[in-house]
Amino acid sequence: MLNFSVKKTTTNILVHLLLISVSITCLFPLLWMFGSSLKTQGTVFSDLSIIPQHPHFENYIKAWTDGGFGRYFFNSLIYTIAVVLGIVLVSSLAAFAFSRLEFPGRNAFFIMFLAAMMIPLPGSFVPLYVLMVKLHLVNTRLGYCLCLINVGLSFSIFLLKTYFDKMPKELEDAARIDGCNRLGIYRHVALPFARPALAVVVVFNALNVWNEYVLALIIFSSKDLMPLQRGLMMFRGEFLTNYPLLMAGLTIAALPIIILYLLMQKYIVKGATSQVVFP
Amino acid sequence: MIFKNIYVKSIIVTSCIILAELIYQKFHNLRFISPLLILLAVLISIILVIKIISARQFKSFLFIVPALAIFSIFYIYPFIKVLQLAHYSWDGILPTMKFVAFYNFLEVLKDKVWWQSMFNAGYITFIALTFQNALALILALACDRQMKAGNFYRVIFFIPPVLSEVVVGLVWQWLYNADYGLLNHWLYTIGFPNLARSWLSDPKTALTCVAIVHSWKGFGWGFVILLAGLQTIPRQLYEAARVDGANTWQVFKNITAPLMIPVFVLVAILTVLGSMQSFVLILTMTDGGPAFHTEVPVTRILTSMIGSSRFGYACSQSIVFGAILLAISFIQKRLSQNMRQA
Repeated sequence: MLNFSVKKTTTNILVHLLLISVSITCLFPLLWMFGSSLKTQGTVFSDLSIIPQHPHFENYIKAWTDGGFGRYFFNSLIYTIAVVLGIVLVSSLAAFAFSRLEFPGRNAFFIMFLAAMMIPLPGSFVPLYVLMVKLHLVNTRLGYCLCLINVGLSFSIFLLKTYFDKMPKELEDAARIDGCNRLGIYRHVALPFARPALAVVVVFNALNVWNEYVLALIIFSSKDLMPLQRGLMMFRGEFLTNYPLLMAGLTIAALPIIILYLLMQKYIVKGATSQVVFP
Repeated sequence: MIFKNIYVKSIIVTSCIILAELIYQKFHNLRFISPLLILLAVLISIILVIKIISARQFKSFLFIVPALAIFSIFYIYPFIKVLQLAHYSWDGILPTMKFVAFYNFLEVLKDKVWWQSMFNAGYITFIALTFQNALALILALACDRQMKAGNFYRVIFFIPPVLSEVVVGLVWQWLYNADYGLLNHWLYTIGFPNLARSWLSDPKTALTCVAIVHSWKGFGWGFVILLAGLQTIPRQLYEAARVDGANTWQVFKNITAPLMIPVFVLVAILTVLGSMQSFVLILTMTDGGPAFHTEVPVTRILTSMIGSSRFGYACSQSIVFGAILLAISFIQKRLSQNMRQA
């Protein structure tokens, strides 16, 4: 019996060693990024401690103003909020209709949205750019937001529809007896009911929009409108080896996402695993 | 079964659209389909629908109109536009486009760099499919044993996937850097100076280095999905197997693996589709260099569009690539169905 428990403890220790070493591999580049952002151009290549003894927090101020990351940050914030609001509004209306209302072509339209999730369209940025030029939306905030709303639409409709399907019929009937019309049921019954699914939609799309790069590359040409990810690449192009400032910029770009993730990680994991039910 | 229908339908619809497009282009010489034309078609169909259906149903229909409008302008229109542009030679600016029929596709087939980029994407996908998913599975099995700690590790392992590819690419590019990078510094310190090299500009190592970063960023996805799958397996099965005297390997082979096959297939499909199409990491780390050794199809499409202003060629590249991806996911679905029946 003793032998057995010793064996079990050793396997446990080995398992934990593996898990801890992978965790360190996950976190090390981020710690290195943060630590380097606190060093100066002179010490960044010689001082290899992870957190330097004399942290230079003024790098962040410099990056925020001289590097232009303040502007990029606010742009990213505007785009994220606008796009997420747009997606939530448009997709919840559509999902509610697909799940609860009767109209001809309901299934056909839903399958159309599903098919959009399944048919890969790599390089869709080429025709999107042509479209943007034609609609005079190149280098505008509106064009970028509309493109991104479309990117998150199918996934959100699918997720919300499966959730609305679970809503008990009695809830809807009770609201109807109380004098709610369709819009009322949507606003007062369906939306509060689907709050967990809405949280997944919000968090997931916020991550996607904040991290989006290629559409920002295609659409924006003026620096005043660029989001963070694009701004980082612009900065890299201009200040090739100013590593402390670049790392400060990267930290500015990564920190909101990490905080959002840590706060909402339950919903993010739910969104990631929601694909388990999908195929 | 619904998938099969969608695939068949989409292929039929696609080929019909291509045919209609070609005939239309050939005889009318109308160079531009207006995005507004698509919206107009949608509006006309809505009006037709009003004529047929009752007012009540029409009000219900209004709920999906915003989604439908955005979808038709930003998804259906580009979809058709790709099919159209692929048959033209166009620089993206001039008002005139030259109809070249299938010449662009022939050029794609003969383009050596294009097929090299396809091979590179395949290589990255292979690494992701084997090493990354094996690691994800081992970690998921380890966490499944002790769920309390499992939640803690899950939080950490999912941090790389939520970061943007630009951030990950730029940090790792520095770690790999020849003169200032940490990796070379460590190699010097532990006494292997001859191993140090400029990792991302050496043709021998560049692709593998990118693939490693890709796996580092991606394994958390597989881990989370696999762990969720493992947790759906009833614990009694494990206990019963233990009572019968099965060892760990036998438990895995006879209980875990058979029950997990659908999840394995899902992870495999997601990995393949995701890895084949990932390109932002490459843009930030190597930009396709050295000498096309890390090019992937999407960076080629981007180069054709921005670099050499060949919009038609870029579109035919994306059609070829999209068709290949569709075929791959179709084959994977088929295989998984066969496996389930067997």
